[in-house]
Amino acid sequence: MKKLFLLLLAGTFSLTLLAQEGTAETTLNQKQVPSVKLVDMKGKAINTAELTANGPVIISFWATWCAPCKKELNTIHEVYDDWVAETGVTLVAIAIDDEKTKSQVPVYVNGKAWDYTVLMDPNWDFKRAMGVNNVPHTFLVDKNGFIVYSHNNYAPGDEEKLYQELLKLSEK
Amino acid sequence: MKNAHTLLVILLLSQVSFAQGNITGNMETVFQYLNEDSIINAKQPIQKGLLNSYMNVFYTQGNFKAGMRFESYLPRIQGYPNRFDGTGIGMRYVGYQNDFVDVTLGTFYEQFGSGLALRTYEDRNLGYDNLLDGMRIVLRPGKGVVVKGVYGTQRLSFQQGQIVHGAGLVRGTDAEWHLNEGLAILKDKKLDVVLGASFVSKFQEDDNPEWILPQNVASYGGRLKLTYGNFYADAEFIQKGQDPSSDNQYIYNNGHAAIFNLRYTKKGLGILLSGKSVDNMSFRSDRTKDLQDLLINFLPSLNKTHTYNLVATLYPYATQPMGEVAYQADVLYTFKKGTKLGGKYGTTLGLNFSTTYRPEQTLNGIDLNDSSRVVYHTRPFGLSDSLYWQDINFNITKKINKQWSGILSFYDIKINNDVVKVSDAQGIIHARIAVLEGTYKINTHHAVRWELQGMWVQKNAAGSNDKGNWATALVEYTISPGWFFSAMNQYNYGNADVSKRVNYPIITCGYIKDATRLTVSYGRQRAGLFCVGGVCRPVPANNGLMINLTHSF
Repeated sequence: MKKLFLLLLAGTFSLTLLAQEGTAETTLNQKQVPSVKLVDMKGKAINTAELTANGPVIISFWATWCAPCKKELNTIHEVYDDWVAETGVTLVAIAIDDEKTKSQVPVYVNGKAWDYTVLMDPNWDFKRAMGVNNVPHTFLVDKNGFIVYSHNNYAPGDEEKLYQELLKLSEK
Repeated sequence: MKNAHTLLVILLLSQVSFAQGNITGNMETVFQYLNEDSIINAKQPIQKGLLNSYMNVFYTQGNFKAGMRFESYLPRIQGYPNRFDGTGIGMRYVGYQNDFVDVTLGTFYEQFGSGLALRTYEDRNLGYDNLLDGMRIVLRPGKGVVVKGVYGTQRLSFQQGQIVHGAGLVRGTDAEWHLNEGLAILKDKKLDVVLGASFVSKFQEDDNPEWILPQNVASYGGRLKLTYGNFYADAEFIQKGQDPSSDNQYIYNNGHAAIFNLRYTKKGLGILLSGKSVDNMSFRSDRTKDLQDLLINFLPSLNKTHTYNLVATLYPYATQPMGEVAYQADVLYTFKKGTKLGGKYGTTLGLNFSTTYRPEQTLNGIDLNDSSRVVYHTRPFGLSDSLYWQDINFNITKKINKQWSGILSFYDIKINNDVVKVSDAQGIIHARIAVLEGTYKINTHHAVRWELQGMWVQKNAAGSNDKGNWATALVEYTISPGWFFSAMNQYNYGNADVSKRVNYPIITCGYIKDATRLTVSYGRQRAGLFCVGGVCRPVPANNGLMINLTHSF
């Protein structure tokens, strides 16, 4: 019995070490984008954990009824082409509109001629998983899926701070 | 030996904690200190200070997931539903997911299609939470195919720190197939097709001495989404079986809900036309409940969600689940940069029209004690001439130069207060509202934003104009990315009762650091309806200090 116990003890320790080694690149404070299956405006399924396959991503939670959200996304829209060219970033706008206003999302997105990837989160599955209290909430995610910066507000000028963080990321 | 076992358990646990999974979550805490204010009829609660808090913690490690939410009401803040008290766990689950299967045991939120058959969700601002507690399984057997099954009881309230469940059992299954992902023939085609079907059943024991009530009630239906280039159409129809309840005065009619959307969009233009028909569609897991309790389905109101204070909270509309027919048209157009109307930055014009009527119902003329108790006949989208709601509104958004931008909005709203009952007034309330908003950007980090709002309420046939005219002014100063300061005053200058011509001043300061946000406000807040997605919560007038802290991690 004692031998068995010692064996288990040794096993436990080695597993612990392995577990630590396997994730050595990450630190405890880093949060990774969780995997939630959402659909785009056409109904195509997208796994949120795979959003960063093509480089860094800005994830911006918004709604058609959120005035500061729209202000933020319209402001970034004016400089988005430059940001993409300089850093290879993709902006993913997560619409948290429920069924009441969900059908107005494509009207707004196209009416404003946005070039963002737009995903629908009508029952707030991704909003919950990302720990979003209220909108606007914007996250900057590196190409490995780690959140490097987030901001829960929009005031004119906030896009500058986001841009600085984005530049820092692309210099790495 | 017992000690050795304990040690082993501790070691195994510590191993789990060392093996780094991913933890996400968030918290919010709201504190109110309220004063007595007889002018606006605001009462000071006996505890003086009120505190609501919650924290979500979600853990994932590989395919394993778990999560919980602690909630605390010591006691609940003003206007929050009166069935929340104590501190404890209000949501908890464990689960496993991979690309094929996703199983959850414990509490979960789920939506089938557009929610007409089933939607469990939470809105912590409203105090709304109808989660299911039981088992959910989601299967993805093929590309573009999702099959779901749910089984559980709903959260009714949260008392003495514990979830209180509803009396009935809810079972449901839903399938959706995005044909273009699965069928090679449709791959990369212009035509895009999604098909779906739902079945939901509830069980509640018949303990009614008067009637023989159906113990199992089903609702079922299908949906379709089509996209062809710039054109889009979707429709869903849900039929509900006989469901006598206190909502419908225990009649044995069937119910239905139908919704459709037609849309045309291209760069710079969006056009939407929607329609909805609802009859006898209140669907709860306890037939004796009312208001927002234990709803299984979600019946969204078909109108725009307004954001300006006067428009959003005085006369909002929520769906009448016993029956309504509604239509909406929404257009957004951006005049291009460099054109006469577009100017240097482009100009956006938004138009929205929504209207809701009582459905046409032909009474069967039976005695209510007749055995069938099928009281009337109706057909989908058949409307009467009794208006419930109408909203015509437009807005123009314009950036003038690098410093100045603004929005001009106008709303013409009619609401049938005999049905919707947003205040004590009788008949139709007809309000016109104009809002002018401007933003002046001083430099990269400093900006000033202001709003001027006016509401003019017409006298109706009964000689009433509810609370009369209102004016609101707001100024906000922001220092990016960390600070904001705002001051707002609302003045009910047109109230027929001179003693109620009251000012409601309030100041708010906020500090934001990354994912943490702290706001402090002090002043008077008028009574109003706080609505999200067609669900509303009346908030009484109050006067005092409010501190709100949110954080995400």
